[in-house]
Amino acid sequence: MFVTRQKIREERFMREVYLENHANTRIDERVLAVMLPYFRELYGNAQSIHSLGAKSKEAIERARGQVAGLIGGRESEIYFTSCASEANNLAIKGVAEANRQKGRHVIVSEIEHFSVLNAARRLSQQGFEVTLLPVDRYGLVSPADLRKAIREDTTLVSVQHANPEIGTVQSLAELGRICREKGIAFHTDAVCTVGIVPVDVNSLEADLLTLAGAQFYGPKGAAALYVRKGVRILPQIDGGIQENGRRAGTENVPAIVGFGVACELIQHEMEANARHLLHLRDRLVEALPEKIPHLYINGHPERHLPNNINLSVEFVEGEGMFLFLDQKGIYVSSGSACASKALKMSHVLTAIKVDTAVGQGSILLTLSKYNTEEDIDYLLAEFPPIVAKLRDMSPLYSYFQKTGQRRVAGPGTDYEHEHEENREDG
Amino acid sequence: MPFYSEKVMDHFQNPRNVGEINAADGVGEIGNPVCGDMMTFYISVKDGVIDDVKFKTFGCGAAIAVSSMVSEMAKGKTLDEAMTITNASVAQELGGLPANKMHCSNLGADALHRAIEDYRKKQGEEA
Repeated sequence: MFVTRQKIREERFMREVYLENHANTRIDERVLAVMLPYFRELYGNAQSIHSLGAKSKEAIERARGQVAGLIGGRESEIYFTSCASEANNLAIKGVAEANRQKGRHVIVSEIEHFSVLNAARRLSQQGFEVTLLPVDRYGLVSPADLRKAIREDTTLVSVQHANPEIGTVQSLAELGRICREKGIAFHTDAVCTVGIVPVDVNSLEADLLTLAGAQFYGPKGAAALYVRKGVRILPQIDGGIQENGRRAGTENVPAIVGFGVACELIQHEMEANARHLLHLRDRLVEALPEKIPHLYINGHPERHLPNNINLSVEFVEGEGMFLFLDQKGIYVSSGSACASKALKMSHVLTAIKVDTAVGQGSILLTLSKYNTEEDIDYLLAEFPPIVAKLRDMSPLYSYFQKTGQRRVAGPGTDYEHEHEENREDG
Repeated sequence: MPFYSEKVMDHFQNPRNVGEINAADGVGEIGNPVCGDMMTFYISVKDGVIDDVKFKTFGCGAAIAVSSMVSEMAKGKTLDEAMTITNASVAQELGGLPANKMHCSNLGADALHRAIEDYRKKQGEEA
């Protein structure tokens, strides 16, 4: 028996507000419509040479053009993968391994997605050296740090275009130029920016770039790695001749078709979408700190995505907020320690040095074109009482109310901690 | 399968005995070095029986549910009985906890036991 969303909604909520659009977006109906025939009628394997196979092959090549068109690359430079994690793995391991004779040093930023960080960690277990680039309190990598980190034997640098957790957008071209100057391959995970803000592989000076359609109203199951002509890379899935031998495995034709269409549609709609997202974001950024005292917005004040807001709410823990919001039909991401299996504050918030006591009350809201003014009204009405309820339960809050002093939870229960006065402008 | 059992969600959403007791007979506080949670338990004792319990908790859904359950289990019990409340019995009463949340149940019973120890220490001092 299938449980439909309608049913879930009727059983549990009045309203449903989806604010986890970095995790996945709702598919655009126009995208879905183009995909459906490739499930039902046009099911041939794209590598088959009969007519039905040829239809699938044609569809994939059309999509390749649509993807290339969105990011300013050539069709022959687009390699389809099953997801962005696979594309990141291919980029990091594939380029490092292909250039093994040249050098065994790889540089990645410390706030990369785990598919970059863990791919780099794997390399470090196989005789490579990995340097983690630090970021400042806003999440920016400094070009000077990159220059310092580069060595004779560096073959690859990977810095994400924007960070999914705090939304900070890097000055990527500057980093790319340094790599180009030194003849080092430069990869960027642009999953959070492609389809949201204009991305061009040439102006960003990127040699490799990861993108995924599920971030901008395409389906899950298809992503791509852009690989500039001339960049040496070894496949990570060995097998047949698909994707020019660089990524074996039967192509997920419906998903690739949908990905392509999503790329084409977004080219025309990105600007209007971004205006809408930014307007909703501005409303939240303005109203939330007014309605909820001791709330801090993380990330860069200007260089941020139009659809990302990372908040730290002091004196409460993130999972509690997350669960109460869920009860109200508001779906967010919990950046909190307790919601993750590691039970630590996220590596991104740690890297930008968010105070551990405050960082525990972090949640992430990411918007899509489907979010409305009413969604924002609903969140602004429901969220403050949730925080108030949790603060009523919080020993840290009652201590603060009684004494005006802050104390940290956990290991620091025995000492007062010094509150950083300049935290608010972070 | 939802992350938390129905009972955990009930205690999280409608926690029993939240608050503080002014001039409590015993206060116990504990912090978790792993996840940063913190619980404070307040008890008032009459004729060797826990007459009232209140708590405040900073922590995840499980931590709040555990505090609420411990407070219910302790109320009306003698001090010796309350000392036998264990992490395992709290988790069991809640219908189980996810594996990575079991450490939260440790906090609840420990905070209560500390409040009882605090009471006993004060009694000893007075005697």
